[in-house]
Amino acid sequence: MLLLLAIFIGTLAGCGTWLLLRPRSFDVVLGLTLLSYAVNLFIFAMGRVRVDAVPLVQAGTTATLANTTDPLPQALVLTAIVIGFAMTAVLLAIALVARAETGNDHVDGDAGHAAPECKEPMA
Amino acid sequence: MSMAISVSSSAPDVLGLMAGHGTVVPIVLPLVAGALLVLLEQARSRWVQPLSVLATLLLLVTTVGLFAQSLDGQVRAYLLGNWQAPFGIALALDRLAALMLLLTSVVAVASLLYACAGDDRRGQHFHSLFQIQLMGLNGAFLTGDLFNLFVFFEVLLAASYGLLLHGDADGRRQRLKASMHYVVFNLTGSALFLIAVSLLYAVTGTLNMADLAVKIPQLAAENQRLAQAASLLLLVVFAVKAALLPLYFWLPDTYASATAPVAALFAILTKVGVYCIARTTTLIFGTGSADSLPGVGGATVGIADPALPVLALATVVLAAIGVLAAPRLRALVAYLVVGSAGTLLVAIGLGTAGTITAGLFYLVNSTLAAAFLFLLADRILAARGGSAKGADLLRPLPMSPGTWAPLALAFMAAAVAAAGVPPLAGFLGKAMLLQAAGTTPWAAWVVTLVLGSSLALMVALARAGATLFWEGGSTTPAGAVVPGATTPHKPLQTLALVMLGAALLGVTLSAGPLTAAARAAAEQMLQRQVYIDAVLSARPVPPAHDVRREMRERGESK
Repeated sequence: MLLLLAIFIGTLAGCGTWLLLRPRSFDVVLGLTLLSYAVNLFIFAMGRVRVDAVPLVQAGTTATLANTTDPLPQALVLTAIVIGFAMTAVLLAIALVARAETGNDHVDGDAGHAAPECKEPMA
Repeated sequence: MSMAISVSSSAPDVLGLMAGHGTVVPIVLPLVAGALLVLLEQARSRWVQPLSVLATLLLLVTTVGLFAQSLDGQVRAYLLGNWQAPFGIALALDRLAALMLLLTSVVAVASLLYACAGDDRRGQHFHSLFQIQLMGLNGAFLTGDLFNLFVFFEVLLAASYGLLLHGDADGRRQRLKASMHYVVFNLTGSALFLIAVSLLYAVTGTLNMADLAVKIPQLAAENQRLAQAASLLLLVVFAVKAALLPLYFWLPDTYASATAPVAALFAILTKVGVYCIARTTTLIFGTGSADSLPGVGGATVGIADPALPVLALATVVLAAIGVLAAPRLRALVAYLVVGSAGTLLVAIGLGTAGTITAGLFYLVNSTLAAAFLFLLADRILAARGGSAKGADLLRPLPMSPGTWAPLALAFMAAAVAAAGVPPLAGFLGKAMLLQAAGTTPWAAWVVTLVLGSSLALMVALARAGATLFWEGGSTTPAGAVVPGATTPHKPLQTLALVMLGAALLGVTLSAGPLTAAARAAAEQMLQRQVYIDAVLSARPVPPAHDVRREMRERGESK
């Protein structure tokens, strides 16, 4: 399961990074979203992956990580998700306004060498 | 009678309670003011400006108080939510944090006054964003918890995105493009920050900076490598903010397209990155003794040791080239900001008490000079006909009659301060750095490159001044009308400029005491045990009223 999770995180981060380097702002937003998924899973995994364990101390058990899973990374993930979500919204708003203002979707805002079907990687 | 007694006995308690909470005021005050301002701005109230200015002035008073408090050399820990240190979030006020807070509030007051002359009405919600920005900055300087630092980074970044976009139709396209790059760059930086923070949590089980400083040297060998990876990731993240060499390309465009008071406030933003690099390299990944170089002793320290001075020196050189090549006045000032951040990181990277002292002294001066120049550039552009007509380009253009002489004098003073030429304090900072670097293995490189870049800055600024004022302004015939020039008398703008100018002069005149304070701060940073003890030994305040026990006695709770 650990290997599967690691492959997942790696794939998400890889795809995210590739999209981030694309010239169109839509791709960039998607890339950042994938990257933040990867990061959130990574934070979660850093609290050690446990199956069938709750982040609560139950009656009759000692309060060690042998009996429970670490609640802190879960709280951190929540914070990171909220912040990432809000920032994505801000970025989308900026991208939309930029699209309206400049008439194209290029991250540099110039339509000169960036036709809508731009294939070349960003310089 | 009994009431009088109870009042007199509780009065000292209230005062004592307030005194203990001084540390958290720089965060709470702008937060409350910002929240109120959102509502007032919605209602288009005429109390917006007075409240914003009042809150910022109160912040200045508070930070002066905190700075005075920090001069006794104690580190004051403040436990948020009254939780014991490694478990809850702790704030810590030491000399370095107090210095940064004071500097922030001085720049903030000047920027805000300048904005109140009209720039704040060029878009919506300027004042609330401004206050939230201050909250994020102050929080980043005060916090003693790594994840909380991330949160305050996001607060200050979110506010800075809004402030960067603030402005009316002119230059909007430019601003949108710069914002897009700035936001994407910083979001990627935040992702890396989270990876680094969670990696450190995975190996140490703590996020408290003082606790991390204790735990990291005790790590098993295989975890040391992970901690090193995390420390390098953190360095990358902070280098994005501080505009270190491979990561500074966002800065010139961003700063050059922001509205003047926003750009002036942003002068402190790069210093947050510098501050965080200084804090993490001395505290979390530090060695703990005042006289040793980083990389000596301590298992995980020194990993960035050769990289940081090299990159910082390269930044200094490239910034000098950028200043020489800048086609526009505001881009020139933005490259000056890059150069000053580079110089500061040379000082931090060398890491001796002497270089850090010089760095802190230079930090105060260079921040004030950059803010002053951004505001002054705006006045110069207004006298040349506004940015829409290419007034920003460094070429001779007529200036409104009667404006060129005072602007030229102010520009010369600012250039002297920024380039590091005698007699102003920029020179003292650089001289101290060169002197202190003399004992490190990097002496030859530092002296050559810092002096060389100073020469380049001087040439570029002199050339810009000659083009703007000598060829442009002074040749304008008296009574000529410059199309588009707006030179109504704006006393608030002048007041802001005078205030920053006075602060620069004050730094120069009080160089002695300020250097002593900087030296004490540098020594405190390197004696990290003081910080660690202060944070980890802070105890929660016992409750004045044990509500749970009272409820139990009344049979309302178990």
